[in-house]
Amino acid sequence: MMRRTAMAALLSHWRRRPMQLVMLLLGLSLATALWSGVQAINAEARASYDRAAATLGQDRLDRIVSGTGAPITQSDYIALRRAGWLVSPVVDGTLRLGQTRLNIIGIDPLTMPTEGLNADVARDGDLAAFLTPPGLLYLSPETADKLSGSALPPVKRTSSLPAGIGMTDIGVAQQLLGKPGEISQLIVAPGQRRDLRAIGEIAPTLVVKAPDARGDLARLTDSFHLNLTAFGFLAFAVGLFIVYSAIGLAFEQRRATFRTLRSLGLPASTLTGLLLAELVGFAIVAGVAGVLLGYLVGSILLPGVAATLQGLYGASVPGTLSLRPQWWASGLAIALFGTLAAAAQSLWRVWRMPLLAPAQPRAWARASESGLRLQAAAAATLFAATIALAGFGSGLVVGFSVLGGLLLGAALLLPVLLALFLALMQWLARHPIAQWFWADTRQQLPGLSLALMALLLALSANIGVGTMVSSFRLTFTGWLDQRLAAELYVTARSEPEAAALRGWLKGRVDAVLPIWSVSGDIADAPVEIYGVADDPTYRENWPLLARTPETWDRVANGAGALVNEQLSRRDGLEIGDSLMLPGGWTTTIAGVYSDYGNPLPQVMIGLDALTTHYPDVARLRYGIRLPPENVAAFSEALRARFDLPPENIVDQGSLKRRSLAVFEQTFSVTAALNVLTLGVAGLAMFASLMTLSTMRLPQLAPIWAMGLTRRQLVVLELARTLVLAVITLIAALPVGLGLAWVLLSVVNVEAFGWQLPMHVFPADWVRLAILALGASLLSALIPLRQLAATAPSDLLKVFANER
Amino acid sequence: MNGRLPTANVTILLLMSVLLGFSQPMPAGAQGFAGLGTTAEGFAVPEPGKSFAFPRDHGAHPDFRIEWWYITANLMGADGKAYGVQWTLFRSALQPGDREGWNSPQIWMGHAGLTTPDRHFVAERIARGGIGQAGVTPEPFDAWIDDWRMQAAAPAKGSETSGPSDGIANVTLRATGAEFGYALGLTAKGPIVLQGQGGYSVKSAAGQASYYYSQPFYTVRGTISLPGGDVAVTGQAWLDREWSSQPLAADQTGWDWFSLHFDSGEKLMGFRLRDSGAGYTSATWIAADGTPSPLPPGALTVEPLSSAQVAGRTVPVGWRLRLPARGLDITTTAVNPQAWMATRTPYWEGPISVSGSHQGRGYLEMTGY
Repeated sequence: MMRRTAMAALLSHWRRRPMQLVMLLLGLSLATALWSGVQAINAEARASYDRAAATLGQDRLDRIVSGTGAPITQSDYIALRRAGWLVSPVVDGTLRLGQTRLNIIGIDPLTMPTEGLNADVARDGDLAAFLTPPGLLYLSPETADKLSGSALPPVKRTSSLPAGIGMTDIGVAQQLLGKPGEISQLIVAPGQRRDLRAIGEIAPTLVVKAPDARGDLARLTDSFHLNLTAFGFLAFAVGLFIVYSAIGLAFEQRRATFRTLRSLGLPASTLTGLLLAELVGFAIVAGVAGVLLGYLVGSILLPGVAATLQGLYGASVPGTLSLRPQWWASGLAIALFGTLAAAAQSLWRVWRMPLLAPAQPRAWARASESGLRLQAAAAATLFAATIALAGFGSGLVVGFSVLGGLLLGAALLLPVLLALFLALMQWLARHPIAQWFWADTRQQLPGLSLALMALLLALSANIGVGTMVSSFRLTFTGWLDQRLAAELYVTARSEPEAAALRGWLKGRVDAVLPIWSVSGDIADAPVEIYGVADDPTYRENWPLLARTPETWDRVANGAGALVNEQLSRRDGLEIGDSLMLPGGWTTTIAGVYSDYGNPLPQVMIGLDALTTHYPDVARLRYGIRLPPENVAAFSEALRARFDLPPENIVDQGSLKRRSLAVFEQTFSVTAALNVLTLGVAGLAMFASLMTLSTMRLPQLAPIWAMGLTRRQLVVLELARTLVLAVITLIAALPVGLGLAWVLLSVVNVEAFGWQLPMHVFPADWVRLAILALGASLLSALIPLRQLAATAPSDLLKVFANER
Repeated sequence: MNGRLPTANVTILLLMSVLLGFSQPMPAGAQGFAGLGTTAEGFAVPEPGKSFAFPRDHGAHPDFRIEWWYITANLMGADGKAYGVQWTLFRSALQPGDREGWNSPQIWMGHAGLTTPDRHFVAERIARGGIGQAGVTPEPFDAWIDDWRMQAAAPAKGSETSGPSDGIANVTLRATGAEFGYALGLTAKGPIVLQGQGGYSVKSAAGQASYYYSQPFYTVRGTISLPGGDVAVTGQAWLDREWSSQPLAADQTGWDWFSLHFDSGEKLMGFRLRDSGAGYTSATWIAADGTPSPLPPGALTVEPLSSAQVAGRTVPVGWRLRLPARGLDITTTAVNPQAWMATRTPYWEGPISVSGSHQGRGYLEMTGY
């Protein structure tokens, strides 16, 4: 009975201050939403990688792949079968259908082991149609809808396939992909006889790969998802500031109630329990709302993420989110965790509250000078630890820890800096109103500092990420200009067509640059090997990061190789180091080039070296040099002569546009999260100002009584908000630049393998400053309107009711 | 008159219907004799009066829907135990004719069995034609799927007579499974036997026909591999070659088929086709010199004597066979009643021993249980 009454008393607080309740729930659900939205995206992507990795049982079965980069031949396959090896051939490749890329997997259902086919494909009734031309193409319903109308074999829908994958008979696939007689990999059935001849004896160029539970995609995209997680967490942390301030305020304002309840005989444990129950109730309500909101956020962001993953890594992720039970659980858990973390301090105080402590409102008086000193010390320690970590640690997690340390340290330091600044201003001020203004601002600082810290975090993240993206864009466009030097890029559909193409091009253009490549493994990790013609196009344009005067000569005469930055950093390779290439031959590194946007290590060798070591290399792609003004007419002639589909003839301009589109897409999610974070910070500011304004009357009334008009008071309040926001903004600049540096020089290197020069963009800062100041003014608007509308009688009452 | 066609034909149809999903159940008689003259979806149809040419006809006939190379062997090990070996290569065409590469409509399937008195080993392979994974060349004779192979060989050393020179008089035979394998040399001690009317075998049940010949006179010498080690073996083997395009009637539920080597050197092939009615039996008596005598339908009577629980089913593994015209009254006993072929379409196939009016050995195949 007592408990129920006590609970009712505690809850009545929220009835009187519904705005506070709204802020608490809003903050909590926003934090939960951003976090769980990002988690949902990650979970969806990871689930689709797992499905892709399990489609052919790669997670359980051995595979045989080519050790040289050349495709496996059908005669190798037959030789293995006739030696008793139970292996099943698979050909895979990417098909471009207009704007859509389809990963085609061709299988032989007759030899495919049961464990090797994790999709409902080519079963009983469909097998004959599957095997007989024109065959069947299995697609997920989503992909089938997207591709309806394309020239494809008869389509069958199955939800057992991941999005973006088309499964068909190996013969059909070889034709679709223009890979006649090629096999990409052989699936090894479990339970082979032990007395079989070794694979190396039967087909010396083939190697066995152990099953891989995670798959190449999951590994490649790791850093991308870690990035996303970091941003989700940042948004969550910013949201928690709102929760923290709302809970802190509510507890402070109810101190009188607590004391009364305790005096009436309610044990401290029961009171704490009731408050805990109240918080858990809020957390559940806000958590459910947050998860639903997160689903919305995730659904809105997912198509962009999916497009990025497709563009960067060729990974197919469905554009729609599925509600997973574990996601509900984790969303509610994070809401609960956030609430309890934000309330821990307040709960602790209630637990320890002396029964007869004065029930004075101590709201916002917490941050004493000693508190500030402690905060400064903590910030210094954090900075020191961060610097040490940056100096000695390595790895992506360290990169993000450095980011976290930098941000948190700066946030902790902010109130200290503000206090010092305001003290200085007060000391400098001569005019009484100015003195009052600075003193009053100082007095309000503790109450606002949490909101200002949130604003600092959001602003620095914005500046940091903005600088990173803009620096990247600047470098990337310059690099594209160098890299895409040929005016036209042509891909033949078959070797005979390619031969005819070479013959036809001879004499018609300034230069024909073969773009031939094989893929293989270096130390069990995939690598691409390109052949490069000895041509001024490369000598003059190719973006080299490390070179010697002989670099191009050594590549041309076959004595050296270029490696991309990713490979150079990953394996610590420098000019002069030797490099073992697929097929077991060794070359020397002659230079390092930048290769942005490519997740894979890459090697470039002379064209002759390529054709010597990998005679089976597909010779289909060519870059063509010709005067730019002739490009349009020439590509028309080319199309007319060879009847090539449009996607096989691409001019430099559209290739650049396509690359830049992928680039912009990559960072659109980051930008969206950034804006959301800034919005949450604005909300935190609003929440703090709202709560403060209700307590400001006793402090404003005397000033009003001394003759300042309400209008002047409002202007002064507005000025205060602006001053605080501006200082925070100024403080955010160095933090943001530090953040950008860490992102460019640490996180990028760890995540993608490339380092980027940093450029600063002051124009962006001005835009951000206007945005941030606008947001803080907006957040001050409602409280100030209330102030302006305060009736003189209310101001007078302050003196009548003086406590 | 009737050869093994009904049995194996139904086998292949059952297998392929499960496998390829083009089962074509036909009501009994609906296709019947009228259906005989029509081609089935463009496939060739057996005609009477064909003249066989060897070794050409040992090769594949891709214009026909189904075809097989079917060997069963009764063996005696150096360890004194009786063994049985089965080696079968089936061909089934999704469309008539052949094409190079993956587009080939020819599907090949291999079954291998090895029966000991207390174990039965099974393996199955399946492959596409056109890419070299499976196929048959008539000269020199070579039939293979993966590492399984039946291949013409030089006459076995020390054999007194090298058999008739028809391209398959001397062959080697090998297959492997996960736990077993065998490598056998086969030498024919008698001629190829044309079944039915000079190799044109009419099936009286529904009027369909096949081309059908056998080589029942192989002697065998070789090695079988068991989990416990290799065993040297000798014995007798029987090859059936058959191809056709027409399926059986829908009401035929299964069959019981016997190929018997008597100690006298004579052979008997006989079967009972089970249907919704009284069933249908047929048999061919083969003299020791290879002269076949087709027997009229119903001349052979078969009667189950005892059954065993095999793979969750009740299968009659002991039989009484009577053929009054030849004074035959025998009972057969399975070397291993558990000779279950657990393939995609399962059936019972294993070695048997013969006692009664005639002594000998043979093979029994039972489907539809």
